[in-house]
Amino acid sequence: MIKEGLYLDKNYIIDLKKVSKTYDDVEVLKNINLYVRENEFLTLLGPSGCGKTTTLRIIGGFEQPTKGKVFFEGKDITILPPYQRQINTVFQKYALFPHLDVFNNIAFGLKIKKISKVEIKKKVTEMLKLVNLEGFEYRSIDSLSGGQQQRVAIARALVNEPKVLLLDEPLGALDLKLRKEMQMELKNMQKRVGVTFIYVTHDQEEALTMSDTVVVMDKGMIQQIGTPIDIYNEPKNVFVAQFIGESNIVDGIMHDDFVVEFAGRIFECVDKGFEKEENVDVVIRPEDINIVNAEEGMLKGRVKSVTFKGVHYEMIASGENIEWKIHSTIMKPVDSEIGMIISPDSIHIMKKVSKN
Amino acid sequence: MKLKWISYPYITWMIIFIVVPLILILFFSFTSGDIQELKNLEFTLDNFKRFMDPMYLKVLGKSLSLALQSTLICLALGYPMAMIISKENIKKRNILILLFVVPMWMNFLLRTYAWMTLLSKNGFINFIITKLGFSPLKLLYNDKAVLMGMIYNFLPFMVLPIYSVLIKIDNKLIEAAEDLGANKMQVFLRVILPLSLPGVISGFTMVFMPAVSTFVISRLLGGGHYMLIGNLIEQQFLYVGDWQFGSAISIIMMVFILIAMGITAKFDKDKEGGGLW
Repeated sequence: MIKEGLYLDKNYIIDLKKVSKTYDDVEVLKNINLYVRENEFLTLLGPSGCGKTTTLRIIGGFEQPTKGKVFFEGKDITILPPYQRQINTVFQKYALFPHLDVFNNIAFGLKIKKISKVEIKKKVTEMLKLVNLEGFEYRSIDSLSGGQQQRVAIARALVNEPKVLLLDEPLGALDLKLRKEMQMELKNMQKRVGVTFIYVTHDQEEALTMSDTVVVMDKGMIQQIGTPIDIYNEPKNVFVAQFIGESNIVDGIMHDDFVVEFAGRIFECVDKGFEKEENVDVVIRPEDINIVNAEEGMLKGRVKSVTFKGVHYEMIASGENIEWKIHSTIMKPVDSEIGMIISPDSIHIMKKVSKN
Repeated sequence: MKLKWISYPYITWMIIFIVVPLILILFFSFTSGDIQELKNLEFTLDNFKRFMDPMYLKVLGKSLSLALQSTLICLALGYPMAMIISKENIKKRNILILLFVVPMWMNFLLRTYAWMTLLSKNGFINFIITKLGFSPLKLLYNDKAVLMGMIYNFLPFMVLPIYSVLIKIDNKLIEAAEDLGANKMQVFLRVILPLSLPGVISGFTMVFMPAVSTFVISRLLGGGHYMLIGNLIEQQFLYVGDWQFGSAISIIMMVFILIAMGITAKFDKDKEGGGLW
């Protein structure tokens, strides 16, 4: 699924070609190739320091790549300053102008474009309606709650009718409930206005819920690009598997295509194309381990701990020098012997990466 | 408030050294008679009427005009300076600020005397000018010398408050403005300038007040006969001994300072300025 190649395609609204960025000898982005399609909701996901915000800032024009090029609808915009790009940003912590009221914050970009007062009034009013803030025109910024400020920030960006909207962890400062609401609202808004959204977050759940495409990043490199379902079900490497959801990762040996050995037993799997007897990482999601009676299982284990997680129980079972994390709606008490069954398509085989 | 007594020493201090003298000055300015012996005291407006003489009004006008000029020049010099400093990295910033503050460690009088020797007929500047083959200039004892002295002495009071406001402006706001299509000039006019107004106002206040009331700079750099309102007040108290008239002039000067502060405060809509209001 890695999107590479040096041909230009007009269907890509944003296209990063071999982009690298170095700060004081530290390489924060290493040879990033990424394209974004029109009207796509694309999320850059990764832990802090993975380079996702730097990537966003390069697209916005606030940073320039040390190497590589940025294309916008096929045109090279690598050195274009932010104010000449048809891209707007919703900043982390919003960066609203404290000396202006809600109306003038939203009208800021329109006033610079010298649009007539009547037109500005009309557009701002429309925007306030879109973000559910009618009647807040003349409120001062510090009288607004976090969620309301967030809406103003979105309105301020969208009123300029950008082709691409960049969002830098926009929901980070909100509480959980409001965050969930805003996730839905943002997604709906994106569909309604038909603008390409590039969204940065470290919250994997947020990325999976909202995006059309998720770009997982770590250590300045793209680890995997794909739909949320692909990313979750077919993690390309151990990092993605660990970062997205929870995983059991164990050492294994690939005896042949579709045949893998781990935990002292041979399993059938759906992966192929490895060398014979190659050492591999085996990734199994905790919810893919089914609990059965001890004698019926492929693997045996003894329950060490049980935690109630709401929808399911999380159990840690030990056996054969491996601790298995299991998510199940069936609860087995501590110290009970259990059997575990793993179906072939739940076993994900990954090449070992040399530890760096 | 349990700890109210903590404020008593300060209140006492303020009563003895601020409130009482102010009341005395007000009292003197509205009385005639012998105030040393407290004999034949009468209420009068004569002290103020006396000031309406064109000679005195001219002194007032000159003081206000020079103070305003020096404040505006300080603003014109100080704002870009504060901006340049605030854009530097932290190490350079601290050095530059230190360079601004170091001269203030030296006595104000000494610094002004130093300018006298620099500007005098046989001073350093004229030495250079004559070496270059020009005839010496009359640099000392005129309006320009006084103005120069005011600007030199009060410039830090303009730079520092503006700097401290500029340094606090979130860089994200500047990026947000650029993101919304503003070029460098528009970013300055629509974001940086309005957000730095509180600093400009306190800088304005801190330069205008000492400039309008100075008598040392005008005496040393303007010459013995040079009159600003500060010199006039000093003269009435120290040489003429007319405390009533001196007090009346002081009151008039205070009124003008209050008016100036009132006007500048009008610009500070947010009322969050570090001004004196």
